[in-house]
Amino acid sequence: MAGDFLPAAELTASGRPVLKSGEVECSLLSAVDLLSEELPTFPHLKSGLVILTTHRLLWLPPETGTHTKSSCFVPLSAIQHIFSAKKSIKSMFHSPRIRFQVSTTSDGKVTERGGLKSAVITLIVRGKTDPDSFLGKLWDAWRGRAWEASGSESGSQSGDGEGSTSGSLALRPPVVGVAGILRKEQEMWESTDKSLQDAFQDLNALMSKAKEMVMLAEKMRLKLLSGSNNQTSGTNDDEMGTKEEMHDWLLSVGIVSPVTKESAGALYHQQLSRQLADFVKIPLERAGGMINLIDIYCLFNRARGTELISPDDLLQACSLWEKFDVSVMLRKFDSGVMVIQSKSHSDDEVFTRIRSLVMKPEALQNGVSASDAAMTLGVAPAMAKEYLLAAEGKGLLCRDVSPDGFRFYINLFLELNPEDIYLVRDHSRYSTWIRAVSSS
Amino acid sequence: MQTLGEFKLPHFFNYPPYFTLQPVKDTREKQIQLWKELILDYCRTQKIFVVGLDEDFLLFSNPVIERSLSHEAREAFLSALVSEGRAEWLDKSHKRCLILWHRIQDWADLIISFVKDNGLEDSVMTVEEMRSGVESRGTELHGMDRTILMRALKHLEHKGKLVIFKGTSADDEGIKFSL
Repeated sequence: MAGDFLPAAELTASGRPVLKSGEVECSLLSAVDLLSEELPTFPHLKSGLVILTTHRLLWLPPETGTHTKSSCFVPLSAIQHIFSAKKSIKSMFHSPRIRFQVSTTSDGKVTERGGLKSAVITLIVRGKTDPDSFLGKLWDAWRGRAWEASGSESGSQSGDGEGSTSGSLALRPPVVGVAGILRKEQEMWESTDKSLQDAFQDLNALMSKAKEMVMLAEKMRLKLLSGSNNQTSGTNDDEMGTKEEMHDWLLSVGIVSPVTKESAGALYHQQLSRQLADFVKIPLERAGGMINLIDIYCLFNRARGTELISPDDLLQACSLWEKFDVSVMLRKFDSGVMVIQSKSHSDDEVFTRIRSLVMKPEALQNGVSASDAAMTLGVAPAMAKEYLLAAEGKGLLCRDVSPDGFRFYINLFLELNPEDIYLVRDHSRYSTWIRAVSSS
Repeated sequence: MQTLGEFKLPHFFNYPPYFTLQPVKDTREKQIQLWKELILDYCRTQKIFVVGLDEDFLLFSNPVIERSLSHEAREAFLSALVSEGRAEWLDKSHKRCLILWHRIQDWADLIISFVKDNGLEDSVMTVEEMRSGVESRGTELHGMDRTILMRALKHLEHKGKLVIFKGTSADDEGIKFSL
């Protein structure tokens, strides 16, 4: 078991790591093996998700949620040395590896500073992601020593000279600025087609008027692509010049953010999806088991503060719930309105409340509108209307469209007898309705 | 209970959804059935043979609850009667509808019993006489729609019970019974 060597990582119900206070996620890498070639009994953890934070390097098994127990982490404070990537002929045929040395106790358990022994841990990157940039981030996080600034855990001894290092280096944010953007831009060219198209669709939706600009940028992309193909056959200075110019152009158009997202790849939406599943629980409870997608969009982005997500991202994250074992689901009504609903939430309960609402004397006489139902059910009018329409579809209600508006009544049609249109059965809804109407 | 002239209306005539064409299948089928019965009942008691879609047909609106049927709903209910053989469109644009509260066959039976009751088995009379003559007074034939009467007579002629022939006046036809 990995637990013999590495501390277990705590996860939320949706499979997101529980972060400590002050801990920030820096990078994600999928399909990574974690092993130690030196310790023979150390388990070979296969093809998991590695999450680098300012404090820890977490390894999560694939399909988290089913066996959360096997996730574990390496505290960055235990790392003694990070080996730089070896460039050799041999490494060209291998999946890229990242090696670092950690301090261990005498029986091989990874411990924060002060271990008697040390061991080398290897990460094997099997995915198509860029291990070099991850290595860079690992270096940054390790040198950032954020764990010292956020107050070292009880028991761990504060190292000498802590005061001098924490001030200048602690909590260094992940690489940003022009260099970071350009590097990500570079990553983009390797998988240009799809990501750029996605980016442009995003743009298109946001500003329909920018169609021309999109076409222009598309043209530039094609030219850039043809430029990179020609590189082997000798590039002249002119071409290089225009290429850089176009880089600048593309950046100023503002398509960098979807690329950032794209660089995290499918992982971005997966992680977002899990985070969202955790987040919606409380607002969902408050809203009575169902909440409008738009409301969640606002709440979620407000909670995120600056790192806002697009509506499209939200939708993608919600659609991924089907694949995970989470307690919420996305539901689309016939009208196209989309809501988030907890799986335990039942329509029957709502219909029961609607039935008692429309059987009140006032409602028997005048029917109910969507806003009447919204007040009773404690939901937004648009949502109340969806419920009413659903109840109508089930035969519980029927509609009355008049110049006064759109109102719903208890459905009496199904009780009435066409063979004898004057028949009124005792104790039927029909007789109740007649009494309510004639009493006015 | 509300009435329309002498006609007693059912309670649900004051139920507002009755005047909105319901979109849900089961509910709508029931609503259409209720409308069909009401239209036939009303037309039978009030001796109404033709309903115009755009004319003021009292049944199609209810001033008490301020509701009236949309054109679409009127056509839907009358079409349902047509498809059951209880009504016929008089024009292609579906503006006027002939209501058959008795089917043609039933009208034909009524004519036969009228002829027998009056001992006219081998006599001759005109169509107009049958509609408005002394003999038919007090029967359902009195004042009946000419189109329907002609259809019923043709039906009987087809069965060999009578012969229709051109009369002396231009706009009337004679009937020779042979029962």
